[in-house]
Amino acid sequence: MEKLFEDFSLGLFVWQAVLFIALILLLRKFAWKPILDSVNDREEGIKNALDSAEKAKLEMENLQADNQKLIKEARAEREAMLKEAREIKNKMIEDAKDEAKETANKLIAQAQESIETEKKAAISELKSQVANLSIDIAEKVVREELSNKDKQVKLVESMLGEATLN
Amino acid sequence: MEIPAIVGAGLVVIGAGIGIGKIGGSAMEAIARQPEATGKIQTAMLIAAALIEGIGFAALFAVN
Amino acid sequence: MRRKISLKPITLLLFIVTFVTYSQEEHGHADSGSDKKSEVKAYIQHHLKDSYDFNLFSWTTDSGEEKHFGFSLPVILWDGGLKVFSSSKFHHGETVAEVDGNYYKNYHGKIYKTDAEGTINYDAEHHATNEKPLDFSITKNVTMIMMVFAIMFFMFSRMAKSYKKNNGMPKGMGRFLEPIVLYVRDEIAKPNIGEKYYKRYMSYLLTVFFFVWIVNLFGLTPIGMNVTNNIAVTLCLALITYIITTFSGNKNYWKHIFWMPGVPVPMKIILAPIELLGTIIKPFALMIRLYANITAGHVVLMSIIGMVFLFQNWLGSGLSFMLAFVLAILELLVAALQAYIFTVLSALYFGMAVEEHDHH
Repeated sequence: MEKLFEDFSLGLFVWQAVLFIALILLLRKFAWKPILDSVNDREEGIKNALDSAEKAKLEMENLQADNQKLIKEARAEREAMLKEAREIKNKMIEDAKDEAKETANKLIAQAQESIETEKKAAISELKSQVANLSIDIAEKVVREELSNKDKQVKLVESMLGEATLN
Repeated sequence: MEIPAIVGAGLVVIGAGIGIGKIGGSAMEAIARQPEATGKIQTAMLIAAALIEGIGFAALFAVN
Repeated sequence: MRRKISLKPITLLLFIVTFVTYSQEEHGHADSGSDKKSEVKAYIQHHLKDSYDFNLFSWTTDSGEEKHFGFSLPVILWDGGLKVFSSSKFHHGETVAEVDGNYYKNYHGKIYKTDAEGTINYDAEHHATNEKPLDFSITKNVTMIMMVFAIMFFMFSRMAKSYKKNNGMPKGMGRFLEPIVLYVRDEIAKPNIGEKYYKRYMSYLLTVFFFVWIVNLFGLTPIGMNVTNNIAVTLCLALITYIITTFSGNKNYWKHIFWMPGVPVPMKIILAPIELLGTIIKPFALMIRLYANITAGHVVLMSIIGMVFLFQNWLGSGLSFMLAFVLAILELLVAALQAYIFTVLSALYFGMAVEEHDHH
């Protein structure tokens, strides 16, 4: 401790104090303030740039999301339209089929009906012809019978046996 | 017999040495456990070591 | 960046130069070992002391005459009036300087007022009792401080200007210095003082960090004087830290010193003087730490360099040289480390003074 006091030099202390305080003040004005300010400005600038980049990125993402949404909507719409068209087409085909079937059925029914009437007419004509024929035959038979009674009967019987009505 | 003051100073220095050694050892262990905190541990280690060192110097200069 | 790297080879070169000057000195008297030992001791003590002239190296001729190479510095005394004269008048402490009818003698690195013959009176403990005039001489240390002042001012004002010229980017030396400035700001000031207040202390912290660092580095060169091994210099630095801490102390800080919250009343009374003493011990430790580290580093380094000449054989001297080399590199680290510690602890004390917390 004694050695410390002995070593202490007032002159050096005064010089150091004066020079050091002067150095602090001078450097504060000419060096530290401008340096720290510039560094601060730069850091702020970098920070701002990063922030705006981040913002731009977010905006971009939003835009992209919007685009995606639009595309999705468009696709859904197209899908819906296609579906509708398909449905309409199917329905039309179905309708056409139904109509055709109906018409065909109607035609068939008509045809059957006309066939039936034709058939009936044919049968009745046949009947009348058979009747005529029978009358003719009967006439002839009668004519002949008139000549021969036995023969007449025999003929009618044989003729009747032959002429079966279909 | 009177024990000279320098012996006391020596004892203080031994104590300070052990203290700084312990700080260094613990810091090494801490760094090994958490290498990502190396900077913080080193700063704390240096400050603690400097404070102990001050006691050692105080003892040395008290007897000088 | 290149500047920093080239520093080590330069330091090494300068150490080799010291060896050369040493060996020149040794040539004169190749006497017994103990004589050499005391000579090395005297040289180390002389090296650690301040001096009135800037002595680069000295040697003794074959005829025993001492030669000095260097230049004189002005001596400024206050002794009933300002006395300014050149230190060459002392002839390296050999003669008495006569100024305006007063006689002064440089005795063991201090100036005493004497009679015309330069008689020094001693007390019982062999201390000089002569009157000492107030001494404001520009000694070797003051010259070094002025040099560092000029270097720092030149370096940093140039760096500040390069920002303006270069669109907010540093140029040249600033490229190397900027990370260190930012390190002081981000790793020392901000965490220890706090985001809110750190700005006001930046000037002091940066100045003290670079001043101590550069001064320590200069101390490692043989031409330079290690300024920080003077208690006056470290006292000045520590005192500024103490003053700034005391003046920036807020209510909370003083409350923690005089009336520690959260402890019983008898403890408060016991703690108050301890805490008050602590405020003085903290900068005192700061002063002693820097002084002792640099002094001890120099003593050890120079002793080991001295051993190179004491051994006088290839093995011992070679090993001493290797040890001195390793130690010199270690001292380079210590130079930066002590600057860092001083700055961190100052920041820590400022942080304590401005801290705001009411969670007790």
